[in-house]
Amino acid sequence: MDSNAKRTYLIAAIFLVVAVTYIIRLFALQVIDTSYKLSATNNVVRRIVNYPARGLIYDRKGTLMVYNQAAYDVLVTPRELQPFDTLNFCNITGISKEELNEQLQKAKEYSYFKPSVIIKQLSAQRYAILQEQMYKFSGFFVQTRTLREYPQKIASHVLGYVGEVNQQMMKKDSYYETGDYAGITGIEKSYEKELRGEKGVNYLMVDVHNRIKGSFQNGRYDTTAVIGENVVTSLDAELQRYGEELMQGKAGSIVAIEPSTGEVLTLVSSPTYDPNLLVGRDRGEHYLALARDTLNPLFNRALMAQYPPGSTFKMVNALIGLQEGVLTPHMRYWCHYGYTVGNYHMNCHHDSAFALSGSIAESCNAYYAQEFRSIMENPKYRDVRQAYDTWRKYVMSFGFGRTLGTDFPNELKGFVPSSNFYEKYVFKGSRWRALPIISLAIGQGELGITPLQLANYAAILANRGYYYIPHIVKKIQNENIPTRFTERHYTDIDTTQFPKIIEGMEEVLKPGGTAAMSRIPGITMCGKTGTAQNPHGADHSVFMAFAPADHPKIAISVYVENGVWGARYAAPIASLMIEKYLTDSISSGRKWLEKRMMEANLLEPKKPKKEVPAKTETAVRSKANKPAKRDTTAPKEIAIKRDSLILQDTIH
Amino acid sequence: MILVVMGWLNIYAAVYNEDHQSILDMTQRYGKQLLWILMAAFIAITVLIIDSKFYVAFAYVFYGVVILLLIAVLFFGKEVNGARAWFEIGGFALQPAELGKFATNLAVAKYISQYNFKMHRFKSLAVLGMLIGVPALLIIAQNDTGSALVYAVFILVFYREGLSGMFLFWGFAASVLFILTLIWPEVRLVGFLIFASILAYGIVRQRMKEVAKMIGIFAAILGVVYLMNYTVRLSLSTAMILYIATGISILIFIIYGIRKRIQPVFWVVLFFVSSLALSRSVSFAYEDVLVAHQRDRIDEVLGIRSDPLGVGYNVNQSKIAIGSGGVTGKGFLKGTQTKFNFVPEQSTDFIFCTVGEEWGFLGTSTVIILFMILLIRLLILAERQRSRFSRVYGYGVAGILFFHFAINVGMTIGLVPVIGIPLPFFSYGGSSLWSFTFLLFIFLRLDASRMEILR
Repeated sequence: MDSNAKRTYLIAAIFLVVAVTYIIRLFALQVIDTSYKLSATNNVVRRIVNYPARGLIYDRKGTLMVYNQAAYDVLVTPRELQPFDTLNFCNITGISKEELNEQLQKAKEYSYFKPSVIIKQLSAQRYAILQEQMYKFSGFFVQTRTLREYPQKIASHVLGYVGEVNQQMMKKDSYYETGDYAGITGIEKSYEKELRGEKGVNYLMVDVHNRIKGSFQNGRYDTTAVIGENVVTSLDAELQRYGEELMQGKAGSIVAIEPSTGEVLTLVSSPTYDPNLLVGRDRGEHYLALARDTLNPLFNRALMAQYPPGSTFKMVNALIGLQEGVLTPHMRYWCHYGYTVGNYHMNCHHDSAFALSGSIAESCNAYYAQEFRSIMENPKYRDVRQAYDTWRKYVMSFGFGRTLGTDFPNELKGFVPSSNFYEKYVFKGSRWRALPIISLAIGQGELGITPLQLANYAAILANRGYYYIPHIVKKIQNENIPTRFTERHYTDIDTTQFPKIIEGMEEVLKPGGTAAMSRIPGITMCGKTGTAQNPHGADHSVFMAFAPADHPKIAISVYVENGVWGARYAAPIASLMIEKYLTDSISSGRKWLEKRMMEANLLEPKKPKKEVPAKTETAVRSKANKPAKRDTTAPKEIAIKRDSLILQDTIH
Repeated sequence: MILVVMGWLNIYAAVYNEDHQSILDMTQRYGKQLLWILMAAFIAITVLIIDSKFYVAFAYVFYGVVILLLIAVLFFGKEVNGARAWFEIGGFALQPAELGKFATNLAVAKYISQYNFKMHRFKSLAVLGMLIGVPALLIIAQNDTGSALVYAVFILVFYREGLSGMFLFWGFAASVLFILTLIWPEVRLVGFLIFASILAYGIVRQRMKEVAKMIGIFAAILGVVYLMNYTVRLSLSTAMILYIATGISILIFIIYGIRKRIQPVFWVVLFFVSSLALSRSVSFAYEDVLVAHQRDRIDEVLGIRSDPLGVGYNVNQSKIAIGSGGVTGKGFLKGTQTKFNFVPEQSTDFIFCTVGEEWGFLGTSTVIILFMILLIRLLILAERQRSRFSRVYGYGVAGILFFHFAINVGMTIGLVPVIGIPLPFFSYGGSSLWSFTFLLFIFLRLDASRMEILR
């Protein structure tokens, strides 16, 4: 037609170019790129999580220690709200009208379509009334949650508590999501996997306003919740309660173990707190108060405090001596009010010679100083350093200076210095001699052990040479307890050596022994007193024991901070615990002792336990008598102090 | 032929209807749409019955009436979504802007088909500019910029009727420059322009020696300026250095050009300077003339800024919907994105998502191919018209449909900024359906009677 007719091809070409571009783009979008499919699924599918009830916890006799209590949260979906009788609602739920309005406002600001919590943890009674009248309050509904409840109000350190998971935990275990609860300490933590059960998930389809439209693919991906398993602990609730009563007004710990199984019967860390404080609405506030308390009730002394073992350690040295052949039970060492070499003097208060059992019964320092020297200067070894390494290996075989592998979280190692440590801080290149480390003979110096390790050591002596790893679990509902708890662990000392020291330990509780006062009529008990030196204040009272002597049923360790010496507090408390456990009661002749122990108050006079002390007071005390846990945590500091320490070893 | 076109229409309509039933719980909208379609069919028949001369004769009258309506709507219209573009008559909303398309098309066709019409005359261009400019401006005044942009497509029609191809080329070049200005940093843009200028010069002159000389001079000056900046510590920005070097070079080149009488030098320099000026004015226009939400939408498409929950929400959800369809789609009524209202405006502007999600790639490509067949078919039909009026009108129809199609589909897949215009024959809405019906069937009527007259 006209000259421009050909231009139609250009126009057609433009059309086609656009169309082809679009088709390519669509191909990329729909066929190649799969990420959009995922986005679409995320858009419409909501995971609704069903939380299972946490497993219950029992003591060894079946006493319920922890259970779940229902708590009721009231939620509101603002879009579904209809005018309601606010006065009535407030009366039922027990909140003020202002609070209600404020909460409703917040909920509306958050979302009109998504429910938000307006009242947390309504009591069961109020819930019952509210449930009856629920039809009047359109838009509100109640969600049930479970909270931990501790009916016995004891053993807070053992049981631990449950709290919301943090970022770290979520990173470590993909099971957890924001808002989930998990065990933070104690059994709640170590048996978290068993106790928590398995969350159930329902996938639901929702529209853009989050309204539920049905289940996703007919519930193909849904899982049902599995209830948590119940855990039976080896704890004896009665003994635990008794131990906590005895430790009132004192800082320290009691650990009791059944030697024949390694089961922990009692684990007291004092001061303690009511485990129910760390549950529910006011948890944060209570936690803060406890954390601020200078007596540190949240600190589990039984597992984490590291004190010197004091004279309780003497049997270790005796056994090493026997094993190494440098000591025989009848060998005697003299004591002249102590042990003197050159200008070094270790104090003691005898003026006689002791054989092995006597040395234990009367806790002679001089005996052990000489005995320790003979271990260190054993000609079998090239030098003292090599002897020391051997010695250390023996000591560690008793479970000192390393974690035992228990089922408690936060178990600490304690401290048995390596030869490198002494090389660096004491000998500094000079020749190794026994004298500068001689306070190890009587369990002082740089040694640090936890009360749990001391109790395990008592169990080793009770078993005459072996132990089971201490553990708190006795039975798990559907599983066996880990096999490591049912294997015997032997020390490096021959079992034949052990009976030789038992006699001495028996004599400790006999007239003339250091803890004669703590004798239990009708029960042969073996024990050993100790005093843990405390550079910050009065020494700590230490006692370890097992009973009955022949077929021991209980091995125990007691630390009483600032208790001055072993026989004063720790031994009587241990004996009362043993008597209680073996006979279920305290004989009338010993009631006075029980009373005295319970009433003894070594903490600030008349200070209420759970109050935050005034600032000045705090400052003074933290200087004066901080718990000895610090003693071994900073080796450098100790090395500087040790010279002055050695010169005044006046210990039982 | 008519039957074939109607067949396509029916397919579109059918797909469209069924989709609607699935998307909307409200049968109301679906019912209304069916009513619109029936009325559209009625209109179609009426249009076909009326003699074709009628449209030719009354072209200007239609145009005048629509212009009046467009003015009236500014005063009496009802405001919907910020655009005062609707008349409400007994429950039905009428959008004059939609009617404007075919009326303008008729008027343009009529004007071009005048016996003594010459495209390159200034007066002709001015009148045509008025014819499309007046309704476009009125629609912009209604705050419905998207619909006004449709009128730009008449450039294609004019091109067919003799408008210089340079218009198309420069328009294209300007839009490329516009986009580059927005997404490239200044230095790179200037560098690109310098490169393009030298390349253009090289192509025009075909003398490598000259080009090499020019590059050498420019590089030397650039080096000197750069060193001066470094040693004298003028602390100029990189862009500034580039400008200074270029300015000096240009001076040298012009002197060179005058002395040697080489014309292309001036053209290239002119090209360079005007491009630079345009690009500078673009950034100005972009920041100051466009409304914030328009700027946001352009930013979003060019990837300058990404905000999938805010400005980009529509497009993002739309892409998710289309992308999740896969090859074959989720199946009819199975679309989760569209069924649960994640895509806004899905029954009108984002109707293409439903196709993409439920019918997958096969569905979307089928729709695109069908549109292409329709458009190409229209071009062929237009080309076989004996009367110039019919031909121009035919091109207008094809152009308008193409523009709607390109923009609408493009925005759902994130290639074009979001402009709220419907997909022909798919989107819900009476006015647009009627408007397209008028548009198409008037052309079919003209086509049917193409043998009768020779105009």
